[in-house]
Amino acid sequence: MEAFTTHTGRAVPLRRSNVDTDQIIPAHWLKKVTRDGFEDGLFEAWRKDSSFVLNQPERADATVLVAGPDFGTGSSREHAVWALQNYGFKAVISSRFADIFRGNSLKNGLLTVVLEQKIVDALWELTENDPEAEVTVDLEAREVRAEGITAAFELDENARWRLLNGLDDISITLQNEADISTYESKRPAHKPRTVQV
Amino acid sequence: MGRTLAEKVWDDHVVRRAEGEPDLLFIDLHLLHEVTSPQAFDGLRQAGRPVRRLDLTIATEDHNTPTLDIDKPIADPVSRVQLETLRKNCAEFGVRLHSLGDVEQGVVHVVGPQLGLTQPGTTVVCGDSHTSTHGAFGALAFGIGTSQVEHVLATQTLPLARPKTMAITVDGELPEDVTAKDLILAIITKIGTGGGQGYILEYRGSAIEKLSMEARMTICNMSIEAGARAGMIAPDETTFAYLKGRPHAPEGADWDAAVEYWKTLRTDDDAEFDAEVVIDGASLAPFVTWGTNPGQGAPLSASVPDPASYEDASERHAAEKALEYMGLEAGQSLREIQVDTVFVGSCTNGRIEDLRAAAAIVEGRKVADGVRMLVVPGSARVGLQAVSEGLDLVFKEAGAEWRHAGCSMCLGMNPDQLAPGERSASTSNRNFEGRQGKGGRTHLVSPQVAAATAVLGHLASPADLNDQPAARTPAGV
Ligand code: SF4
Repeated sequence: MEAFTTHTGRAVPLRRSNVDTDQIIPAHWLKKVTRDGFEDGLFEAWRKDSSFVLNQPERADATVLVAGPDFGTGSSREHAVWALQNYGFKAVISSRFADIFRGNSLKNGLLTVVLEQKIVDALWELTENDPEAEVTVDLEAREVRAEGITAAFELDENARWRLLNGLDDISITLQNEADISTYESKRPAHKPRTVQV
Repeated sequence: MGRTLAEKVWDDHVVRRAEGEPDLLFIDLHLLHEVTSPQAFDGLRQAGRPVRRLDLTIATEDHNTPTLDIDKPIADPVSRVQLETLRKNCAEFGVRLHSLGDVEQGVVHVVGPQLGLTQPGTTVVCGDSHTSTHGAFGALAFGIGTSQVEHVLATQTLPLARPKTMAITVDGELPEDVTAKDLILAIITKIGTGGGQGYILEYRGSAIEKLSMEARMTICNMSIEAGARAGMIAPDETTFAYLKGRPHAPEGADWDAAVEYWKTLRTDDDAEFDAEVVIDGASLAPFVTWGTNPGQGAPLSASVPDPASYEDASERHAAEKALEYMGLEAGQSLREIQVDTVFVGSCTNGRIEDLRAAAAIVEGRKVADGVRMLVVPGSARVGLQAVSEGLDLVFKEAGAEWRHAGCSMCLGMNPDQLAPGERSASTSNRNFEGRQGKGGRTHLVSPQVAAATAVLGHLASPADLNDQPAARTPAGV
């Protein structure tokens, strides 16, 4: 995973709540067996509408998505995170994320930042009025900054440490191999098995 | 202080606990399917890692599988590649797989319980959000993303922060025409699609205790639609009776030891939940959705709500958008809504009890002109059971299509889809825009409402059929 320290870029204001993962990446894209090439599927249905915010020329190359509450609800598809990243997004800001989406994003180095709705409103207003406005998401300082806006955000220390260092979860866990083996040796005999080995 | 059911199961699976770190949890059962696993197997291959516990891992094909002509090569080349990738991966790593055509193939959340692999007090994960279904057995079961699938394959554990717990207590007697589906749709409408966020839900109370395992699975299945990671129901005699004798249920002394443990899996009287919701079961009625998220629902007897009646601006906006997408008018009676398609199936309502309920209603009646009704058993076994009971004939005689097992129109990754503008009454769990096919419009309903709707051509409950008596064959014939 790529490390995330701080990022500055232009933003896409997405004034919608309950953006579910079926909207972020529709099911027919899930047939791919790779982690890349999902950029054209991102918000596919909405992008058919020329007035959709992502289609506006001034939003090209924007890297921070500012969305309404309950972003990423629905299916557990990690493809939603890959699609946002493949498209070029580095961070998503919302007042509330669905749990699985949030977990997936942090595992892939897409920083999901929770800010109060009134700050999200302020970011919408700023970036709608001025598409060139830049938003900085600073994980080291745990702060989002933009013209006239400075907002602290929280992220649990462990997740932050992994992101800042771009650490792979599996290697971290395997350092505790002995704990896993000890646990395994004590599991009761009545626990189910899928095959006899 | 006592502990809740979720806390007990959690504590029993902690492999490592350290200050400032998430708990490392052991996973008892890992279910795989073709959609969310290819990138995980790739990761293992790249790192040269094996699957740590093949004996706790099982795969099935469900999301892409066709429900017609299953003996022919799969027509869609992209779907075919995905299924072939799963077969290749399972063969290479040694994972047990139930492929299309196998008697144990089916929707992953139907297969686990019917094999007896889903047991009380276990941790169950799958790269699929509806893994919450397995919580009906008092298992701690939740959906994970592909990175986590790889993590579990490699380590049989997951680092997780412990969620909070919420009690959803349903007391009172459910009216006769109210099903588990109506109950869970009403709960989601009450607490909202974000209401369960950060929580493990525990459904409890006298109305829950009376439910069958199938009905409990329907409830837990949709916990994710309330934003919760997992939903659980304490195991009891109903659970034990369901499990006894299943292929992977414990036997002999193991069975006794298991039951003894399972009986301890109840929330202690002095345990405290972080949040509580109380619902009067007697006040409920058949429930349907009118919008584009599962929290936009109402009793069937109600009308499409007026977006202006929402105080919250984002809810109002969401309702406006939903009505526009759904092609509905505020104030229109829900019963007037005409459908083109009825889908009975999915991991929410594709089990044998659901098929029996739908069949009992269409028996001796006809699916309305211009309506197509698709009946898709949740697994090949459910299909066989239904055939042995003659349910397939009941559906076919009524004019419905009887299909092979899979996810099918629940998400339309296979050819079973709605055309743009088509409207369905569906027993599945998501009414998102385009979920059942681009431009398709979905109303979530119970199997009973689905069947009555198929007969009448508009959203309806079985009670609406009273003036349309079935042409029943005389008893004894
Ligand atoms: S039936 Fe639907 S909800 Fe269930 S696993 Fe399949 S696609 Fe997902």
